Amino acid sequence: MPRGTVRIDEERCKGCGLCIAACPQQVLGFSGELNHSGYNVVHMERPSACVGCAFCAMTCPDIAIEVYRQKVPAQS
Amino acid sequence: MGKRDLLRGNEVIAEAAIRAGCQCYFAYPITPQAELLEHMARNMPRLGRTFVQAESEIAAVSMVYGAAAAGVRTMTSSSSPGISLKQEGISYLAGSNLPAVIVNVVRGGPGLGDIAPSQCDYFQATKGGGHGDYHMIVLAPSTVPEAGELTMLAFELADRYRTPVMILTDGLLGQMMEPVELPEPIDPASIPAKPWATTGASGRDPNIILSFDLDPEVLRQMNLDLQAKYRRIEEAELRYEETMTEDADLVIAAHGTMARIAETVVRRAREEGLKVGLFRPITVWPFPYEPLRELSSHVSTVLTVEMSAGQMWEDVRLAVAERAATPFYGEMGGIVPTPRDILSEVRKHAG
Amino acid sequence: MQVETADMVKVFSRPQSLTAAKSTYCPGCHHGILTRIIGKTIDELGIAERTVCIAPVGCSVFAYNWYRCDAIQAAHGRASAVATGVKRADPNLIVFAYQGDGDFASIGTAESIHAANRGENITVIFVNNQVYGMTGGEMAPTSLVHQKTTTTPAGRDPAQVGYPIRFSEMIAQLDAPTYITRQALFDTRRILDTEEAIKKAFENQVNEKGYSLVEVLSTCPTNWRMSPIASNKHVADVVTEVFPLGDLVDRR
Repeated sequence: MPRGTVRIDEERCKGCGLCIAACPQQVLGFSGELNHSGYNVVHMERPSACVGCAFCAMTCPDIAIEVYRQKVPAQS
Repeated sequence: MGKRDLLRGNEVIAEAAIRAGCQCYFAYPITPQAELLEHMARNMPRLGRTFVQAESEIAAVSMVYGAAAAGVRTMTSSSSPGISLKQEGISYLAGSNLPAVIVNVVRGGPGLGDIAPSQCDYFQATKGGGHGDYHMIVLAPSTVPEAGELTMLAFELADRYRTPVMILTDGLLGQMMEPVELPEPIDPASIPAKPWATTGASGRDPNIILSFDLDPEVLRQMNLDLQAKYRRIEEAELRYEETMTEDADLVIAAHGTMARIAETVVRRAREEGLKVGLFRPITVWPFPYEPLRELSSHVSTVLTVEMSAGQMWEDVRLAVAERAATPFYGEMGGIVPTPRDILSEVRKHAG
Repeated sequence: MQVETADMVKVFSRPQSLTAAKSTYCPGCHHGILTRIIGKTIDELGIAERTVCIAPVGCSVFAYNWYRCDAIQAAHGRASAVATGVKRADPNLIVFAYQGDGDFASIGTAESIHAANRGENITVIFVNNQVYGMTGGEMAPTSLVHQKTTTTPAGRDPAQVGYPIRFSEMIAQLDAPTYITRQALFDTRRILDTEEAIKKAFENQVNEKGYSLVEVLSTCPTNWRMSPIASNKHVADVVTEVFPLGDLVDRR
C-alpha cells in the first residue's frame, strides 16, 4: 500500500522534468505520451514508492501536481 | 457669494483641484509651475490627502496611473519638458481608460527652451504626444478665474469619460494675480461610483486595469471603443467663445493667454471702426471645427494669433477650408505679442 | 491517468488565490513556482479581497491573469511607482509589484530605488534571471560576466558594458527599507526558504512595517539554452557566487 500518491494535470504539464529530479523516491518519469500542447508529460512510474512528500508539486512551475497521503499511517 | 481673493493662476488651479476632490497629487518641481506644487505641499497633508514629490516626471505620472486605477481623483502638473517625459504615462492612462488631470504650464521650447510663456505644446497636447491612437480632453483657460473653473470641470470630465484631461496654460497665466472667487468645494458624494477600480476584489470578480492585449482583434476593439468615446466627447463637450463676431469681417482665432490679449485688440480695433471679432476655443481638443467653419463663411479673414510657429493655425485652416483668408501671426521663444503688434497685423488684413 | 485517492487526504493543491489560467511561461521556468508561492501566501494571509497585483512588462506581463485579485498592468519599469500611487490612494489595499530584472533594475531604476527610499509600505518581488526573456534573450543588467546573450554574442564584456548590478545590495544601503532578501528556487530547501521570505514580505505590509523586497534568483532555460535541470545547477553553482543568498536587511 503506497503512503502517498500524486495527480498530474496532463494538460498543464510542460514536461520540464523538474519534478522527476525533485522526487526523492524516483516515483516519476516521462510517460512518452504527448498532451494537446505537444509536451511529453510526466506520470508515476513507481506509484508504490510514493510517500506523498510533495517535493514534486513544490517544484512544479505549472502547478500541475496535486498530492495525497494516507489518512491513517500504514500498518507495519 | 464667496469672497474674492487675489491669487496667482497656479494657486487657483491647485486650490480648484483640492475643491474638486483631488485626493492624490504627485509631481516633480519645474518652473513656471512651482507655486502649484508648493500650494499642494502646504495643503494636501493638512486635509489628510496625499502629496508626493516624485523622483521624476515619469514616476509622478505613474503614481497618478496607480491612484487613478485605485479610483480616487488624482492630478499631476508640470511644464513643457516635464510633460514630454509624462507622455508614456498619458498614453497608458488613455489606453487603460483612467481618469486623471494633467496640468501643463507651458514654457518656451524646444529642448530646455526657457521659462517664459509659450503655446508651443499645442500639437503635443491636442494630437497625442505619446504613442498610439488616443486623445485627451484639453482645456485652455484665458483668465485666472477660468483656470479655476476649468480645473473643476477637468475632474468631472475625466471621471465622466474615464480619460486623462489636460489643463493647457502658460507661465503668464500661472504667475498672473487676479481677483478670484474660488469655486465651492464639490460634495464628495457627487463623484460618480467607479465599479471598475482596483479597490479590492471583495464580493465581485477581479478588476484588471490594462492597455494591453496580444490579440489584434481584441486590441482593435479596444481602439474602436476609444474612438467611439472620442466621438461622444466631440458631440457633447465642445466649448468655445465668440466675442463681437455677429458683424465681424475679420475674426481673430486665439486660445488661452493669447485670446485674452486678443480681446483687448478687438476692443481697440472696434474703436478704430474695424469690424473685428474673436473666436476662442476653450476645448482645444476637441477643437470646435464646426462652429468655426460656420463663422468663417460670414467673414473674409480668420487671423490666427499664437505664441508658437502656427500650431493651432493648422486646425483653423482645417475648419475654414478656404472659405476665408487664413493669415497667421505668432511669436516664439517666450515672446508675448503685445496688443499693438497684433493690432497692426489686424490692420494689414482688415478692410 | 486516474489514480485512486478515495482513502487519502489531499495535502497539496493549487492555491485558491490563483485563477485556472494556464501559465504562459516556458517549460522549467521558475516564474511559475513563484506564482504558486505568492498565491499560497495570499491564501494563508487571507488577503485576496484587498490585494492588488502590479504586473510589469516582460515575461511576467500576464501576471494580471494569474491571481484572483485586482491587478494593474504597468508601463515598463514603473511598477513600483504605480504601486506607490495605489497604496497612497488606499492604504488598506495590499499592493505587490512583480518585476523582472530588466523592469526593476534597468529601465525602472529610479522608480525602484525611490519607492524603497520612501519606505513605501508595499511588497516588491524582483525576479532575477539575468536575461531579457520576452524579447529574445538580450543582456540584462544582471547578466553575468562572460554570459552569452543575443546582444553580447561573445559574452558580457565588463570593459564595454560593466558588471552585473547587485541591485538589492544597493537598496540595502538605504535607511528606509524594512526587509530585503535574496532567495532562490533551485531545490526544495530554497523553495521553502522563498516561501518563508515572501510570506514575511507580505506580512510586513499587512502589519504596516514598510517596504519589503524579495529578490528571487530564477532560471531561463530557453534563453540560457540549458535544460531545466542544468539551469537549476547553474543557479546553485554559478549564479549564487555572484548573487549570494540571504537577508540583506531585516528591520522588522
